[in-house]
Amino acid sequence: MVYGRSERPAGLAPAPVVTKILIAGGFGVGKTTLVGAISEVRPLRTEEDLSELGIGVDDTTSVELKRTTTVAMDFGRITFPGGAVLYLFGTPGQERFWFMWDELAFGALAAVVLADTRRLGDCFSSIDYFERRDTPFVVAANQFDGSPVYDAAAIRDALDVDRDVPVLACDARSRESVKEVLIASVAHALARHHADARR
Amino acid sequence: MTGDELWLDRDAGPVVRPYAVTRGRTRPPGIAAGLIDVVVSAGRRPAQAPGLGPEHRLLLGLCGEPTALADLASEADLPLGVVRVLVGDLQERALVKVVASAGGNQDEQVLRSVLDGLRAL
Repeated sequence: MVYGRSERPAGLAPAPVVTKILIAGGFGVGKTTLVGAISEVRPLRTEEDLSELGIGVDDTTSVELKRTTTVAMDFGRITFPGGAVLYLFGTPGQERFWFMWDELAFGALAAVVLADTRRLGDCFSSIDYFERRDTPFVVAANQFDGSPVYDAAAIRDALDVDRDVPVLACDARSRESVKEVLIASVAHALARHHADARR
Repeated sequence: MTGDELWLDRDAGPVVRPYAVTRGRTRPPGIAAGLIDVVVSAGRRPAQAPGLGPEHRLLLGLCGEPTALADLASEADLPLGVVRVLVGDLQERALVKVVASAGGNQDEQVLRSVLDGLRAL
Protein backbone atom coordinates (compact mmCIF):
# COMPACT_ATOMS: atom_id res chain seq x y z
CA MET A 1 0.00 0.00 0.00
CA VAL A 2 1.26 3.45 -0.78
CA TYR A 3 0.98 5.88 2.07
CA GLY A 4 1.15 9.01 0.02
CA ARG A 5 0.67 12.48 1.27
CA SER A 6 -2.96 13.39 1.47
CA GLU A 7 -4.23 16.33 -0.40
CA ARG A 8 -3.71 19.66 1.34
CA PRO A 9 -6.58 22.02 0.58
CA ALA A 10 -5.31 25.26 -0.92
CA GLY A 11 -5.98 28.50 0.89
CA LEU A 12 -6.60 26.90 4.27
CA ALA A 13 -4.62 27.40 7.45
CA PRO A 14 -1.12 25.88 7.40
CA ALA A 15 -0.98 22.15 8.06
CA PRO A 16 -0.93 21.31 11.75
CA VAL A 17 2.47 20.46 13.17
CA VAL A 18 1.92 16.80 13.93
CA THR A 19 5.10 14.79 14.24
CA LYS A 20 6.27 11.39 15.32
CA ILE A 21 9.32 9.69 16.72
CA LEU A 22 9.74 5.93 16.50
CA ILE A 23 10.82 3.88 19.50
CA ALA A 24 12.46 0.69 18.28
CA GLY A 25 14.39 -2.13 19.87
CA GLY A 26 14.09 -5.78 20.74
CA PHE A 27 11.19 -7.43 22.50
CA GLY A 28 11.01 -6.58 26.20
CA VAL A 29 13.67 -3.88 26.09
CA GLY A 30 11.41 -1.27 27.71
CA LYS A 31 9.69 0.51 24.82
CA THR A 32 6.33 0.58 26.57
CA THR A 33 7.99 1.86 29.74
CA LEU A 34 9.78 4.60 27.81
CA VAL A 35 6.64 5.80 26.04
CA GLY A 36 4.73 5.72 29.34
CA ALA A 37 7.39 7.72 31.19
CA ILE A 38 6.76 10.86 29.15
CA SER A 39 3.30 10.51 27.66
CA GLU A 40 -0.03 8.90 28.27
CA VAL A 41 0.09 5.49 26.62
CA ARG A 42 -3.01 4.79 24.63
CA PRO A 43 -4.18 1.56 23.09
CA LEU A 44 -3.66 1.25 19.36
CA ARG A 45 -4.01 -1.84 17.29
CA THR A 46 -4.12 -2.58 13.66
CA GLU A 47 -5.45 -5.49 11.76
CA GLU A 48 -3.42 -6.60 8.81
CA ASP A 49 -4.59 -8.64 5.90
CA LEU A 50 -2.41 -11.73 5.90
CA SER A 51 -3.41 -12.74 2.40
CA GLU A 52 -1.37 -9.82 1.07
CA LEU A 53 1.24 -9.12 3.72
CA GLY A 54 1.86 -12.38 5.47
CA ILE A 55 2.94 -14.48 2.52
CA GLY A 56 5.99 -16.38 3.63
CA VAL A 57 5.59 -15.09 7.16
CA ASP A 58 2.57 -16.92 8.49
CA ASP A 59 1.34 -20.25 7.26
CA THR A 60 -2.30 -19.54 6.60
CA THR A 61 -3.15 -22.78 4.83
CA SER A 62 -4.52 -24.41 7.95
CA VAL A 63 -6.70 -21.47 8.96
CA GLU A 64 -8.62 -20.66 5.85
CA LEU A 65 -10.99 -18.24 7.52
CA LYS A 66 -8.61 -16.15 9.58
CA ARG A 67 -7.06 -13.86 7.03
CA THR A 68 -6.10 -11.01 9.32
CA THR A 69 -3.85 -10.70 12.33
CA THR A 70 -3.87 -8.10 15.10
CA VAL A 71 -0.76 -6.06 15.84
CA ALA A 72 -0.70 -3.98 19.03
CA MET A 73 1.52 -0.92 19.19
CA ASP A 74 2.74 1.38 21.94
CA PHE A 75 1.37 4.80 21.22
CA GLY A 76 1.77 8.00 23.18
CA ARG A 77 1.05 11.67 22.57
CA ILE A 78 2.77 14.81 23.82
CA THR A 79 1.02 18.11 23.13
CA PHE A 80 3.21 21.20 23.37
CA PRO A 81 1.84 24.55 24.60
CA GLY A 82 2.12 26.03 21.10
CA GLY A 83 -0.23 23.33 19.77
CA ALA A 84 2.35 21.15 18.04
CA VAL A 85 1.88 17.46 18.71
CA LEU A 86 4.53 14.76 19.00
CA TYR A 87 3.47 11.14 18.78
CA LEU A 88 5.63 8.31 20.00
CA PHE A 89 5.16 4.97 18.28
CA GLY A 90 6.76 1.83 19.63
CA THR A 91 7.54 -0.57 16.83
CA PRO A 92 6.03 -4.02 17.19
CA GLY A 93 8.74 -6.17 18.73
CA GLN A 94 8.37 -9.34 16.74
CA GLU A 95 10.18 -9.60 13.44
CA ARG A 96 7.06 -10.92 11.75
CA PHE A 97 5.66 -7.41 11.91
CA TRP A 98 8.40 -5.83 9.81
CA PHE A 99 5.83 -4.85 7.23
CA MET A 100 4.47 -2.29 9.70
CA TRP A 101 7.74 -0.41 9.93
CA ASP A 102 7.60 1.40 6.60
CA GLU A 103 4.41 3.11 7.54
CA LEU A 104 5.62 3.89 11.05
CA ALA A 105 8.88 5.32 9.72
CA PHE A 106 7.28 7.32 6.91
CA GLY A 107 7.65 11.00 7.77
CA ALA A 108 9.15 10.33 11.23
CA LEU A 109 11.34 13.10 12.66
CA ALA A 110 13.75 10.63 14.17
CA ALA A 111 14.01 7.25 15.83
CA VAL A 112 15.26 5.95 19.16
CA VAL A 113 16.81 2.49 19.24
CA LEU A 114 16.44 1.26 22.78
CA ALA A 115 19.14 -1.24 23.65
CA ASP A 116 19.57 -3.71 26.49
CA THR A 117 23.30 -4.02 27.22
CA ARG A 118 22.78 -7.67 28.20
CA ARG A 119 21.62 -8.51 24.69
CA LEU A 120 22.83 -5.83 22.34
CA GLY A 121 22.30 -8.09 19.34
CA ASP A 122 18.55 -7.62 19.64
CA CYS A 123 18.79 -4.10 18.27
CA PHE A 124 20.99 -4.81 15.23
CA SER A 125 18.01 -5.22 12.95
CA SER A 126 16.52 -1.86 14.05
CA ILE A 127 19.84 -0.11 13.45
CA ASP A 128 20.16 -1.72 10.01
CA TYR A 129 16.65 -0.62 9.15
CA PHE A 130 17.18 3.05 10.07
CA GLU A 131 20.60 3.16 8.41
CA ARG A 132 19.14 1.80 5.18
CA ARG A 133 16.21 4.21 5.30
CA ASP A 134 18.45 7.14 6.24
CA THR A 135 16.24 7.92 9.25
CA PRO A 136 18.17 9.91 11.89
CA PHE A 137 18.41 7.79 15.05
CA VAL A 138 20.05 7.67 18.44
CA VAL A 139 20.92 4.59 20.49
CA ALA A 140 19.73 4.69 24.09
CA ALA A 141 21.04 1.95 26.37
CA ASN A 142 18.36 1.23 28.94
CA GLN A 143 20.00 0.74 32.31
CA PHE A 144 18.26 -2.22 33.87
CA ASP A 145 18.90 -2.95 37.52
CA GLY A 146 21.75 -5.40 37.60
CA SER A 147 22.73 -4.93 33.99
CA PRO A 148 26.39 -4.23 33.34
CA VAL A 149 27.20 -0.55 32.96
CA TYR A 150 29.18 0.11 29.79
CA ASP A 151 30.27 3.48 28.63
CA ALA A 152 28.86 4.93 25.46
CA ALA A 153 32.08 4.33 23.52
CA ALA A 154 32.02 0.60 24.29
CA ILE A 155 28.39 0.35 23.20
CA ARG A 156 29.15 2.30 20.03
CA ASP A 157 32.01 -0.07 19.22
CA ALA A 158 29.88 -3.13 19.87
CA LEU A 159 27.07 -1.83 17.65
CA ASP A 160 29.39 -0.45 14.98
CA VAL A 161 27.26 2.64 14.36
CA ASP A 162 28.50 5.74 12.56
CA ARG A 163 30.58 8.19 14.57
CA ASP A 164 27.92 10.90 14.38
CA VAL A 165 25.13 8.70 15.82
CA PRO A 166 24.54 9.72 19.45
CA VAL A 167 24.82 6.84 21.93
CA LEU A 168 23.60 7.53 25.43
CA ALA A 169 22.58 5.71 28.58
CA CYS A 170 19.02 6.12 29.79
CA ASP A 171 16.53 4.98 32.36
CA ALA A 172 13.31 4.27 30.48
CA ARG A 173 11.34 4.71 33.73
CA SER A 174 12.52 8.28 34.26
CA ARG A 175 10.68 11.12 32.58
CA GLU A 176 13.78 13.36 32.68
CA SER A 177 15.97 10.66 31.18
CA VAL A 178 13.48 9.90 28.40
CA LYS A 179 13.15 13.61 27.71
CA GLU A 180 16.93 13.82 27.22
CA VAL A 181 16.81 10.88 24.81
CA LEU A 182 14.05 12.47 22.73
CA ILE A 183 15.88 15.81 22.71
CA ALA A 184 19.04 14.03 21.55
CA SER A 185 17.13 12.35 18.71
CA VAL A 186 15.58 15.57 17.41
CA ALA A 187 18.83 17.52 17.87
CA HIS A 188 20.57 14.80 15.84
CA ALA A 189 17.91 15.06 13.10
CA LEU A 190 18.46 18.83 13.02
CA ALA A 191 22.25 18.42 12.83
CA ARG A 192 21.82 15.90 10.00
CA HIS A 193 19.50 18.33 8.22
CA HIS A 194 22.14 21.08 8.43
CA ALA A 195 24.88 18.72 7.26
CA ASP A 196 22.75 17.70 4.26
CA ALA A 197 22.04 21.34 3.42
CA ARG A 198 25.79 22.11 3.31
CA ARG A 199 26.46 19.29 0.86
CA MET B 1 -0.56 -16.19 19.53
CA THR B 2 0.67 -19.58 20.53
CA GLY B 3 -1.65 -22.52 20.94
CA ASP B 4 -1.60 -22.66 24.74
CA GLU B 5 -2.63 -19.05 25.38
CA LEU B 6 -6.17 -18.41 26.45
CA TRP B 7 -7.60 -15.06 25.39
CA LEU B 8 -10.66 -13.89 27.24
CA ASP B 9 -13.07 -11.00 26.88
CA ARG B 10 -11.50 -7.97 25.16
CA ASP B 11 -8.19 -9.78 24.68
CA ALA B 12 -9.95 -12.23 22.42
CA GLY B 13 -10.90 -9.37 20.09
CA PRO B 14 -14.28 -8.16 18.96
CA VAL B 15 -17.09 -10.58 18.22
CA VAL B 16 -17.51 -9.03 14.79
CA ARG B 17 -14.44 -9.61 12.63
CA PRO B 18 -12.76 -6.23 12.13
CA TYR B 19 -13.14 -6.01 8.39
CA ALA B 20 -16.83 -6.89 8.61
CA VAL B 21 -17.51 -3.21 9.35
CA THR B 22 -15.78 -2.30 6.10
CA ARG B 23 -17.74 -4.97 4.22
CA GLY B 24 -14.54 -6.86 3.57
CA ARG B 25 -12.57 -3.98 2.14
CA THR B 26 -9.00 -3.63 3.37
CA ARG B 27 -8.20 -0.54 1.33
CA PRO B 28 -9.84 2.86 1.30
CA PRO B 29 -11.51 4.11 -1.90
CA GLY B 30 -9.03 6.98 -2.40
CA ILE B 31 -5.50 7.72 -1.20
CA ALA B 32 -4.79 6.05 2.14
CA ALA B 33 -4.45 8.55 4.99
CA GLY B 34 -1.12 8.40 6.85
CA LEU B 35 -0.82 7.40 10.48
CA ILE B 36 -0.62 10.98 11.74
CA ASP B 37 -2.51 12.75 8.99
CA VAL B 38 -5.20 14.91 10.52
CA VAL B 39 -8.88 14.20 9.92
CA VAL B 40 -11.50 16.89 10.47
CA SER B 41 -15.24 16.80 9.98
CA ALA B 42 -16.55 19.04 7.21
CA GLY B 43 -19.44 19.94 9.53
CA ARG B 44 -22.22 18.35 7.50
CA ARG B 45 -24.71 16.16 9.32
CA PRO B 46 -24.22 12.46 8.65
CA ALA B 47 -28.01 12.10 8.25
CA GLN B 48 -27.55 13.60 4.79
CA ALA B 49 -25.38 10.67 3.74
CA PRO B 50 -27.19 7.35 3.72
CA GLY B 51 -25.22 4.14 3.56
CA LEU B 52 -23.00 4.95 6.51
CA GLY B 53 -22.73 2.45 9.32
CA PRO B 54 -22.53 3.17 13.06
CA GLU B 55 -18.72 3.13 12.92
CA HIS B 56 -18.72 5.83 10.26
CA ARG B 57 -20.92 7.95 12.49
CA LEU B 58 -18.75 7.24 15.52
CA LEU B 59 -15.68 8.46 13.63
CA LEU B 60 -17.49 11.53 12.34
CA GLY B 61 -18.44 12.41 15.90
CA LEU B 62 -14.82 12.05 17.02
CA CYS B 63 -13.31 14.36 14.42
CA GLY B 64 -15.28 17.54 15.09
CA GLU B 65 -11.88 18.88 16.10
CA PRO B 66 -8.90 18.01 13.90
CA THR B 67 -7.79 14.55 15.03
CA ALA B 68 -4.90 12.41 13.85
CA LEU B 69 -5.80 9.08 12.26
CA ALA B 70 -3.99 7.15 15.03
CA ASP B 71 -5.98 9.03 17.69
CA LEU B 72 -9.22 8.25 15.90
CA ALA B 73 -8.37 4.54 15.87
CA SER B 74 -7.41 4.62 19.54
CA GLU B 75 -10.50 6.56 20.63
CA ALA B 76 -12.90 4.52 18.52
CA ASP B 77 -11.18 1.30 19.66
CA LEU B 78 -11.06 0.11 16.06
CA PRO B 79 -8.05 -1.27 14.21
CA LEU B 80 -6.07 1.31 12.30
CA GLY B 81 -6.63 -0.39 8.94
CA VAL B 82 -10.38 -0.39 9.46
CA VAL B 83 -10.41 3.29 10.44
CA ARG B 84 -8.39 4.09 7.34
CA VAL B 85 -11.03 2.48 5.11
CA LEU B 86 -13.93 4.16 6.93
CA VAL B 87 -12.22 7.57 6.82
CA GLY B 88 -11.74 7.00 3.09
CA ASP B 89 -15.50 6.49 2.75
CA LEU B 90 -16.20 9.70 4.67
CA GLN B 91 -13.66 11.56 2.55
CA GLU B 92 -15.30 10.28 -0.64
CA ARG B 93 -18.62 11.70 0.57
CA ALA B 94 -16.90 15.01 1.44
CA LEU B 95 -17.88 14.56 5.10
CA VAL B 96 -14.28 14.88 6.30
CA LYS B 97 -11.09 16.51 5.12
CA VAL B 98 -7.75 14.77 5.54
CA VAL B 99 -4.81 17.10 5.93
CA ALA B 100 -1.25 15.82 5.69
CA SER B 101 0.78 16.62 8.79
CA ALA B 102 3.64 19.07 8.44
CA GLY B 103 6.05 16.62 10.05
CA GLY B 104 9.16 15.11 8.54
CA ASN B 105 12.83 15.42 9.22
CA GLN B 106 13.47 17.71 6.26
CA ASP B 107 11.64 20.69 7.74
CA GLU B 108 13.93 22.77 9.94
CA GLN B 109 11.11 24.83 11.44
CA VAL B 110 9.24 21.69 12.52
CA LEU B 111 12.39 20.16 14.01
CA ARG B 112 13.12 23.36 15.93
CA SER B 113 9.60 23.70 17.29
CA VAL B 114 9.61 20.10 18.56
CA LEU B 115 13.08 20.55 20.05
CA ASP B 116 11.97 23.71 21.86
CA GLY B 117 8.80 21.98 23.01
CA LEU B 118 10.72 19.02 24.44
CA ARG B 119 13.22 21.25 26.22
CA ALA B 120 10.39 23.18 27.85
CA LEU B 121 8.66 20.03 29.18
